Amino acid sequence: MGLELYLDLLSAPCRAVYIFAKKNSIPFDFQFVDLLKGHHHSKEYIDINPLRRLPSLKDGKFILSESMAILFYLCRKYSTPSHWYPPDLHTRARVDEFMAWQHTAIQLPMSKMLWIKLLIPMITGEEVSAEKTEQILEEVKNSLKLFEEKFLQDKLFITGDKISLADLVALVDMMQPVGGNHNVFLNSSKLAEWRMRVELAIGSGLFWEAHERLVKLAEWDCSTLDPMVKERICEFLQKYK
Amino acid sequence: MGLELYLDLLSQPCHAVYIFAKNGIPFELRPVDLVKGQHVSKDFSQVNSLQKVPVLKEGDFILTESAAILIYLSCKYPTADHWYPSDLQTRARIHEYLGWHADCIRGTFGVPLWTQVLAPLMGAQVPEEKVARNRAAMDQALQWLEDKFLGDKAFLAGQQPVALGYALFEGRPQLAAWRGRVEAFLGAELCQEAHGPILSILEQAAKKLLPVPPPAAHATMLRRIARIP
Repeated sequence: MGLELYLDLLSAPCRAVYIFAKKNSIPFDFQFVDLLKGHHHSKEYIDINPLRRLPSLKDGKFILSESMAILFYLCRKYSTPSHWYPPDLHTRARVDEFMAWQHTAIQLPMSKMLWIKLLIPMITGEEVSAEKTEQILEEVKNSLKLFEEKFLQDKLFITGDKISLADLVALVDMMQPVGGNHNVFLNSSKLAEWRMRVELAIGSGLFWEAHERLVKLAEWDCSTLDPMVKERICEFLQKYK
Repeated sequence: MGLELYLDLLSQPCHAVYIFAKNGIPFELRPVDLVKGQHVSKDFSQVNSLQKVPVLKEGDFILTESAAILIYLSCKYPTADHWYPSDLQTRARIHEYLGWHADCIRGTFGVPLWTQVLAPLMGAQVPEEKVARNRAAMDQALQWLEDKFLGDKAFLAGQQPVALGYALFEGRPQLAAWRGRVEAFLGAELCQEAHGPILSILEQAAKKLLPVPPPAAHATMLRRIARIP
């Protein structure tokens, strides 16, 4: 059994791993763990990752979770081109810095946007309060401003002239609200231009292939949602009240 | 000018950097007092426009985020291999922990400082429901820490969760034993030094010895309080 990647492309970290592996022609078995059906709570998946999070990697007996770690592992093991995770200490530190910052600064608010714009109304039948929505919109706006000022600045990509893991992770995160028909790239031409450069560096075909499931999310019939999963979601949604 | 580290030991990520650097890396400590609002001062904003600690400064090179700083220091300076082992799978495990820590420990375990000290200082109220939710999140995180990560070694040492006012490891003998090993490894004195400020702050708050944060810091602090889930 070769390399296995446990993924659901609805999740931004999964898309980062998928795109990276495909782009670098790393052979792997795609193990689909359907978040919408609650498969991450199945016994089979808990055996792989007791924390029930995606993505996971299985390479022989070695099991690894956390997209940052998986991307790092794939870079080293498959000797991918050095621009993805540059060897120069200062440049690599910039990638590490961005990867650490983006968890709470980008990934989290972008994910919240999708919940607010699509999933909460769809699953619970209720809209999120205008106040809460405004708060998240502010957070997203603020984060994107910081992204442009501190990480992108006037460069083509975060580390300079070439795409790195940082750009890949940033972009898949920022695409999350697109599932709820919300486009964060509209207000800044600088951001929109960077977005296009990253898409082209990845290859538009691969990029949109990875985002297909997200883009079609609005068509999901959530009446098929497993009641146990629905209960968990409703608990988790308490934070949005 | 050599290596400068901008830290406030009230902050958990600063502990990790401080404890690690004290392992024989020469640096100048630049204290940044969060309660006094020094992180929003003009001087500090020029060092880090994000107005957060910890920050590393080496000549013109400025680096934020404790995970990035720790990795940078362990690669740049001659430190024992066990901190950031060169073996691929072991190193990947460390990145795995750092990724999980960023999601599940960092924001979560920092919340008690806000709910018990900083919010009251500002006159802001945090609903009891949020405090309870935070407590549950910490419990869950500790369980995962015990179940999944406890096998991992020294790099975790500086990352141990410290949450104000909670005896975190009560009823968790495995974690308590791990903490004992970590403190023995690092040295009790260093640990006391690093954790001193956070351990004494509740007392200072009770005795009303803490200054009210300056108005310039209020906006960012109130935003942080509003983000508590």
